[in-house]
Amino acid sequence: MTVDAAPVWAALPVLAALLAVASAGAVLDAALPGGAVGGGARAARPFAETARLLRQRRRTTAVRDGLLWQAGVAGPVVVAALMIAVVPFGGHVVADVPVGVVWFNAMDVCLWAVVWLAGWGPDSPYPLVGGYRYLAQALGYELPLMFALTAPAVAAGSLDVGAVVEAQDGLWFVVWMPVAFVVLLLGVAGFSLWGPFGAPGGDDVAGGVFAEASGVDRLLLLAGRYALLTAGAAMAVALFLGGGAGPWLPGWLWSLLKTLAVLGCLVVLRGRLPGLRPQVVVRLGWVVALPVVLLQVLAVSIVVVAKG
Amino acid sequence: MEALLFWSLAVVAVGAGIAVFRVDSMARATYALALSFVAVGLALLLLDLAYLGVVTVLMMVMEMAIMAVFMIMFMMNPAGLMPMSMVHNRRGALALSVGVFLSLAAVALLTPWPERRGTVPEDPTRAVGTGVMETKMLVMIGVGAVLFTTIVAALVLSASRSRYDVRGGRR
Repeated sequence: MTVDAAPVWAALPVLAALLAVASAGAVLDAALPGGAVGGGARAARPFAETARLLRQRRRTTAVRDGLLWQAGVAGPVVVAALMIAVVPFGGHVVADVPVGVVWFNAMDVCLWAVVWLAGWGPDSPYPLVGGYRYLAQALGYELPLMFALTAPAVAAGSLDVGAVVEAQDGLWFVVWMPVAFVVLLLGVAGFSLWGPFGAPGGDDVAGGVFAEASGVDRLLLLAGRYALLTAGAAMAVALFLGGGAGPWLPGWLWSLLKTLAVLGCLVVLRGRLPGLRPQVVVRLGWVVALPVVLLQVLAVSIVVVAKG
Repeated sequence: MEALLFWSLAVVAVGAGIAVFRVDSMARATYALALSFVAVGLALLLLDLAYLGVVTVLMMVMEMAIMAVFMIMFMMNPAGLMPMSMVHNRRGALALSVGVFLSLAAVALLTPWPERRGTVPEDPTRAVGTGVMETKMLVMIGVGAVLFTTIVAALVLSASRSRYDVRGGRR
C-alpha cells in the first residue's frame, strides 16, 4: 500500500475522527465497571460532564500566571492534533513529513513543557507537584519510547511513517518486534498520564495538574488526555499493525478500526494495572525497559543487515 | 510564501529572545527561550533540513523543560513562585551583547558568499553529515553507540541501589 499526501481539507475529517475516537474512549472508560460511583446511564456520563463543564464558570487562583496556564491547558489537545497529522489513514496522510517518526517524538516532548506549564500556571501546590511528577516520569519513559519508535524506522530504512507502513507489506512489525510495540504503548500511556502513569494527576495530590482547572479549562485537559491516547494508538497502528492493511474494507476504515481496538485495550487496562510512583517509573524505565528495547533494536538491525 | 514564513519565524525568534530578558519570572523566561529555539528549528525546515529542524525542536523543548526545573530550584525559592529579574550587570551585558551582535551581523553581511555550485542534493541532511564527517562517519556512529551504552550501563549500575531503597531491597 502506498501512502500519499492528502489535500489540505483532509485535516478537518482527521481532526473530527480524532475527537470522535477520543470520545469513544471516554465513553468506554465510563462504561467499564469499577469506575466512579454509578447513577444514571454510566456510558453517557462523559457527555453530561462535558455539558456541565461547558456551563461551569471558570474558577481561578489569586496570583496565577494566566498566559502560561492557558498554554498548558490548551497544549495537550493541540499536541494530539499535531501528532495525528503525520499518521496515515489508509493511503493518505495530512502532513507528508519525511521525518514523521521524529515529528511524533518531538511532539510528545512538547508535552513535557505543556503539562508542566498546566501544573505551574495556577500557582498552587498540588498542580505544581503534579507538573514536577510529570517531568520526573517523562525522564523515565522517554528514552525507551524513542528507541521503540526507532525499531520500525530501522526496519523500514526510513523515518517517513508512510514508508514504515509500506514496509509492512506482508508481515506486520508487531510480529517480530513485540517488545518495541509494548514499550511504545507504555510510552503512550506515560505521556497521556494514563493508568500506571497517572501519578501527575493522582488522587494523593488532589488531582495534581487537574486540581485547579475548572470549566472549559478542565474539559480541555481531560479531553486532551483521551486525544493523546488516541493519537498514540493511531501511531502504534501505523508503525506496528500495518496501518490501513486489511481485506475487504477500505484502508482508512481499517486504520480507524485498529486505532479503536488499540485505544480500547489501553482504556480497559487502565483500571487493571497498579499505579506506579514516579521514582518507580524512572527506575523501571532505565533498568528494565531501556536495555530490553535496545536489545530489540539490535535484533532488528541484525535482521536488516542480514537481509541486505 | 517561504519569505513570509521565514520573516514571521525570524520575528518570533528574535521577539521571544528579547522577552527572555523582559519578563520577571523564571518560568516565562525559560519558555520564551524555548519558543525562540522552536522558531529557529522551524526555520531550518525552510532549508529542507527536515530532520535537523525537527530534532532541534525536540532537543530544545526537552532541554528547556529540564532547565526550568533546575533554574527554579537553584535561583529562586524552592516553589519558584517569587518574581525575579533575569538581568544582571546591566551595562556590561548590554555593551557586550550589542558588540557581539554587531560583529556577527557584520560578518554575515560583509563575507563574500560563494555562488552555488551544482544543485541541491536529494537528501540535504545526509549531505551535511557527509560534509562534516566524510570518511569518519562509521567511526562516529560506532562511538555514538558505545558512548550511549556506557551512559545506560552506568545508570543501570548506579540506580540499582538508589536513595529510595530504604532497606536495600528491590521493589
